[in-house]
Amino acid sequence: MSGAALLIDAVTVEFGSFRAIDRLSLAIDFGEVRAVIGPNGAGKTTLLDVISGVTRPRQGRVIFGDKTDIVRSSESEIARAGVRRKFQKPSIFDGLNVRQHIEIGAQGGLRRLLAKDALKHRVDEVLEAVGLAGLATRSASELAHGQKQWLEIGMVLASSPTVLMLDEPVAGLTDEETERTVALVRNLKRDDRAIIVVEHDMEFVERIADRVTVLHEGKTLFEGSMANARTDERVIEVYLGR
Amino acid sequence: MSSPWSDRPFLIVLATVLAAALLLVISIALPFGLSAYLANAIGQLAAFAVLALSLDLIWGYLGILSLGHGLFFGIGGYVIAMHLLKHSYEVIGKVPDFMQFMGWTSLPFYWTGFGFFPYAILVAAAVTLLISGVFGYVSFRSRVGGVYFAIITQALVYVAMLLMFRNDTGFGGNNGMTGFAVIFGWPIAQKGVVIAMAAVSVLVLALTMLGCRWLLESRFGVLMIAARDDEVRLRTLGYDTLLLKLMIWCLSALIAALAGLLYVPQVGIINPRLLAPDLSLEIAVWVAIGGRGHLYGAVIGAVLVNALKFWLSAAAPELWPFILSGLIVLVAFVFPNGLVDLAKFKFHRTLISRQLASETPELR
Repeated sequence: MSGAALLIDAVTVEFGSFRAIDRLSLAIDFGEVRAVIGPNGAGKTTLLDVISGVTRPRQGRVIFGDKTDIVRSSESEIARAGVRRKFQKPSIFDGLNVRQHIEIGAQGGLRRLLAKDALKHRVDEVLEAVGLAGLATRSASELAHGQKQWLEIGMVLASSPTVLMLDEPVAGLTDEETERTVALVRNLKRDDRAIIVVEHDMEFVERIADRVTVLHEGKTLFEGSMANARTDERVIEVYLGR
Repeated sequence: MSSPWSDRPFLIVLATVLAAALLLVISIALPFGLSAYLANAIGQLAAFAVLALSLDLIWGYLGILSLGHGLFFGIGGYVIAMHLLKHSYEVIGKVPDFMQFMGWTSLPFYWTGFGFFPYAILVAAAVTLLISGVFGYVSFRSRVGGVYFAIITQALVYVAMLLMFRNDTGFGGNNGMTGFAVIFGWPIAQKGVVIAMAAVSVLVLALTMLGCRWLLESRFGVLMIAARDDEVRLRTLGYDTLLLKLMIWCLSALIAALAGLLYVPQVGIINPRLLAPDLSLEIAVWVAIGGRGHLYGAVIGAVLVNALKFWLSAAAPELWPFILSGLIVLVAFVFPNGLVDLAKFKFHRTLISRQLASETPELR
């Protein structure tokens, strides 16, 4: 598959008099890993909020796949359409065990998608992929920070999303854990999937991203390869530093 | 959650409830069993325990605190009272007291059919579902939750109380309804009937415990806990949490109404005091003291607090408000999980270390 998986068209988000996103347009293609970087307050997380339906934009459209505008859809409808997101702060369910999390992700709605055997197969597969197979019956609240990050990634990828958004997947991880996350994200890359990563760890971004978008004050400052971003005067000025 | 048979406290409480039911059934047939007074007390406690379970289901497992569950309890109670009065009128020609007070010669038209028990049950369920459904839909749709939701439920039960205090509504007004003479054709005050009502109450409690357990073990139970822990996360995984919350909310309201159906025939009266905000607050206290998020906790809390209340209201009624407030403070500051905390930890150590942690952090 080729072409745009997601088209953000002149989106504006305002919180009171503060303009978090200012007529932002962005196209993300199938098969690519796109990193969205920028200083704090640039609108990175707000952009993911708009795509996942948590925040309603004041203006603009978000076109998903073949011309569906998802701006007016509810969060659960957007998720069922195949757009899934890992939150910045690991968001998991303290009262449930690891396996139950992946099951919830795989069923992806009150109406069951998978029969019992298919569900078990899929859950085992995902647990293996995120490296939590040995902890399936462990309560999520007992996991280490890095394991919580992977658990949430496992939850969102269990339903095989078309658009996968990862908000700071390596924040607070050790070097070794970051290494495993690099391998995981590379494995998730598929021709019929677009992956959007928001991250402050530039080394991580360099290793996984095909292209980067640098946001600044709610607008696109730069779009291109990470290598070019590093030498771009404006990017150095507002974000990377000399 | 583990398998139901490995949850020992639940099994112990369930076994105790079933033993009480057996004892009551035996006492109906044999002359030397429980006294009618004691059986009646047990039956009322069982009705309160069912009410506590209904609140624990939404508060402990779904994270929605209702401070107005007395409303649904009241709906069940009022409907069964109407049935009993109409039934008594039809069987032995006893005219309801409030008709005499009001100088009415016939019952209002909406009392039609209430002598027929299945119809009364149907009305209780329909009214409960209508009110809980509309209120739940509007609140959950506008994403009202937490403290705001709790306050609105409290207002709702208060409005219902004011409405029921009116004498011209045909529901007994401030005197309420009393003087039930017969139930299913039997004299309601007869010892065997009193004990039988208590036995039914206790059996319904056991069934409610099992039913709730079954629900919580199912896929829905897992989703309830997920919605309680992080609703936005669940929603952005494709789940329509409005529907999930609405279904469980309505189910909880139905269970509360069931508790009202059991309670009123045993206590022999219903009046608007049942809809007073303090009863609704007290339900939350029972659950908090027993340990919310545990079915057995709700049952133990309801039974212990109400047993204490029964005893004190005879021994030292003026002390009750102080003891109840003391219990609330204790639960809020020392045992956030109620009696479950007591069972899990060594009492002194937890108490002392918590106090050190909260009051004097510089010592650590």
